[in-house]
Amino acid sequence: MMLVDDNAMANTGPTRRSFLKAGLAVGGGLMVGWSLAPQLAEAQAVQTFVPNAFITIDSQGQVILTMAKIEMGQGTYTSLPMLIAEELEVDLDQVQWRHAPPDARLYGGPRMDQFTGGSLTIQTLWLPMRQMGAGARLVLIEAAAQVWQVPAEQCQARQGTVIHVPSRRTLSYGKLVETAARLPIPLDIPLKPASQFRLIGQPAKRLDALGKVDGSALFGIDAVLPGMLFAMVRACPQLGGKLLSVDERHALALPGVREVIKLDNAVAVVADNTWYAGQGLAALDIQWVPGPNAKLATADVLALMQSALNNPGVVARNDGDALKIIADDPKRIEVSAYNPMLAHAPMEPINCTVHVEAEQAQIWVGTQVPARARDAAAKILGLAPERVVLHGYLLGGAFGRRLETDYVEQAVTIARHVQAPLKITWSREEDISQGIPRGLYAHSVQASVGADGFPIAMSHKIAGPSNLARWSPGALKEGLDGNSAEGSTQFSYAIPNYRSEFIKEDGPIVTGFWRGVGATRNLVVLESFIDELAARAGKDPLAYRLAMLGNNRRAHQVLERAGELAGWGSVLPAHFGRGIALLNAWNTYMAQVVELSVAPGGAIHVQRVICVVDCGVVVNPDTVVAQMQGGINFGLSAALFGAITLKDGQVEQSNFHDYPVLRMNQAPQIEVQIIASQAPPGGVGEAGTAGLGGAFVNAVYAATGKRFYTLPIRLPSDIRAR
Amino acid sequence: MINLLINGLSQEFDVTPQVPLLWVLRDEAQLTGTKFGCGMALCGACTVQVDGVAVRACVLPVGTLAGKAITTIEGIAASAVGRAVQAAWLAAEVVQCGYCQSGQIVAATALLANTPQPTDADIDTAMSGNICRCGTYPRIRQAIHAAARLNAADAAAS
Repeated sequence: MMLVDDNAMANTGPTRRSFLKAGLAVGGGLMVGWSLAPQLAEAQAVQTFVPNAFITIDSQGQVILTMAKIEMGQGTYTSLPMLIAEELEVDLDQVQWRHAPPDARLYGGPRMDQFTGGSLTIQTLWLPMRQMGAGARLVLIEAAAQVWQVPAEQCQARQGTVIHVPSRRTLSYGKLVETAARLPIPLDIPLKPASQFRLIGQPAKRLDALGKVDGSALFGIDAVLPGMLFAMVRACPQLGGKLLSVDERHALALPGVREVIKLDNAVAVVADNTWYAGQGLAALDIQWVPGPNAKLATADVLALMQSALNNPGVVARNDGDALKIIADDPKRIEVSAYNPMLAHAPMEPINCTVHVEAEQAQIWVGTQVPARARDAAAKILGLAPERVVLHGYLLGGAFGRRLETDYVEQAVTIARHVQAPLKITWSREEDISQGIPRGLYAHSVQASVGADGFPIAMSHKIAGPSNLARWSPGALKEGLDGNSAEGSTQFSYAIPNYRSEFIKEDGPIVTGFWRGVGATRNLVVLESFIDELAARAGKDPLAYRLAMLGNNRRAHQVLERAGELAGWGSVLPAHFGRGIALLNAWNTYMAQVVELSVAPGGAIHVQRVICVVDCGVVVNPDTVVAQMQGGINFGLSAALFGAITLKDGQVEQSNFHDYPVLRMNQAPQIEVQIIASQAPPGGVGEAGTAGLGGAFVNAVYAATGKRFYTLPIRLPSDIRAR
Repeated sequence: MINLLINGLSQEFDVTPQVPLLWVLRDEAQLTGTKFGCGMALCGACTVQVDGVAVRACVLPVGTLAGKAITTIEGIAASAVGRAVQAAWLAAEVVQCGYCQSGQIVAATALLANTPQPTDADIDTAMSGNICRCGTYPRIRQAIHAAARLNAADAAAS
């Protein structure tokens, strides 16, 4: 991987800069700062056409696309190739993908931060990736026109081949790469109108599927290197504590155990295989210094966040004068709630393989932040970033966990003591208990309701950690962590006085992003509250919502359609309940209807979930359906079971027996309908999860008459379903 | 030395008999298709077949496996049922992150080998030990039913 510096950018001359300008004009700001630097050295040196950092075509016509975002299940390695291939005029079976190397300038987008998350991939790359494909296609057509000495206007590109239409001559892209590599990218890059899309909008087969059904797909944990050793690690169980001492005699006497490495707050055992390393860890006698959180319990964190609700925060939205109207209303309705801490528990436990040598290092890891991970490792090792090579891998799930670099930093700190490639694997217990959980958030909701039963004023306060302030302070807008207020800011109901406020209280432990981020938390509370207002007004929950949507057509449409598909209003069997909720976040509208039953003894079984989504223009409809199905099931794990709790500064959960997640026999029937939409693409990775919680609590209310604002719901065993 | 018969191939490993099969497969045989997920037989990511029975390799000491036929995801296509399951998985576009899918496919293949036409209840029983955090359960169910139909069609044709 060559480095592209400012001089190289400047040397590309006016053509490239004009390209950037054209991109700006078309991109409407999305492309600001996007680096279009071509890989000049490669282009000049070999018979390879590399028009930009995303496309490589060799003389055999092999098209290799570099993925600006990482694949963690969400379908990115199919949808990004679709965008490029649509304009490049190649078929999906003609392309191969490769992981992007760490390079924030080339792959970091407008903010120069190379990360995958926030349901942003299609939202931000919808235009630039098509422009990359279109620019390359125009150059290939120009190259063919030059070879044939004909006007380029007489040529077309199809399936990796340029055709001279009048003479029906053809040249494959591979035969054109040498000529194309010497041509400038044209100034004017028109994109196809939607009516001419042949890939976008059609269900496409995943390009990463084959390796995932025959075992050949490689995740970070699958890195194999000659002479590699294996380690397992245990960090201080009390979050924030330190290592005092360790007696390693028993461990070192075990078969296969080579070495015990002591860190400031953890111990690692190096061995000939991972199991020997785990046995070694178990044989250690470790003394810890519990640290400042030695007595910390969940109740302390909850009290802190509830208390923070009284502190001044940052106002995310303020229509009218909600606070005054509510304060003046003796009949105001008030609710307090909280969202619990949660573990990500991706199926692939946290792991990282590192080889530190003199003046250089290599890392093999699955990460949502390749450049950050590389830079963090380089800093610890005292090396320049370019002396650290990071090899990317598929992610066996992430859900926000692999946005953090803690495990890479820890792995490098361990591996610098070892003279061999070292694979460090966390046990599931370590993954659950040291996993940088979602934080605990307290909520206060108030409303003043008019004589007609509809709210005149509503206020929502959120108190909890600001992940964005820690992780990407530059992304704060006038001090507001928009992620934490997501779903609350865009609350769709036309309430004349509406106020949303976020109060930052980071609390005693480090917490992180979790699928659906703010909207997942906020909408449980807000949609339950709207449902309560409807019930107090004696109105049907769906009709009540529709009556409050003013002229919000997209919101209307998803709610109405979801109601139709669910047979809203039809009679359910005894002990069943049906609940509905609306979502507007990541430029996506969604309505979900949950149908569930409550068994004697209080067990909840979700039978069926209807999901109607308007996520704007759709790239791969099958991916949208898959993300809704998966997101809903992910949300159900949290709704039914999810809670990380603390006692004496330690996470009380450790593995799937005490941190249960949804299983096949608990998974509902899910029906997804996508609304045809010409709105700009919205996010889909988080919406299914974020839309589930509200519909779930409202269905529990319908089934039992019990109103919940806090997940997970564990019904008392003497509950009587209606 | 421990001798194991993996995907029809007899191999020697210099490990203690207590080492679970999972770690011999992954760290010694470099068959990384079988995944580590929990280490307690709670998640099914490490599912392999021993003499045709789906088992959790993370808790299965290799010392107990002498002379037994071990089938991993890398060898699942050796059987017609395994191939049908893989084909059904691709047709239904089951996978998302893909990490659990080796275990899911091996478990589904064992189910179909013994129960060629499973009911939804059979699927619940056989597959509820295999966690998928991406939540691909609806498509796993769909693919198992499709593989059953493929198998039946193959059987009728032959």
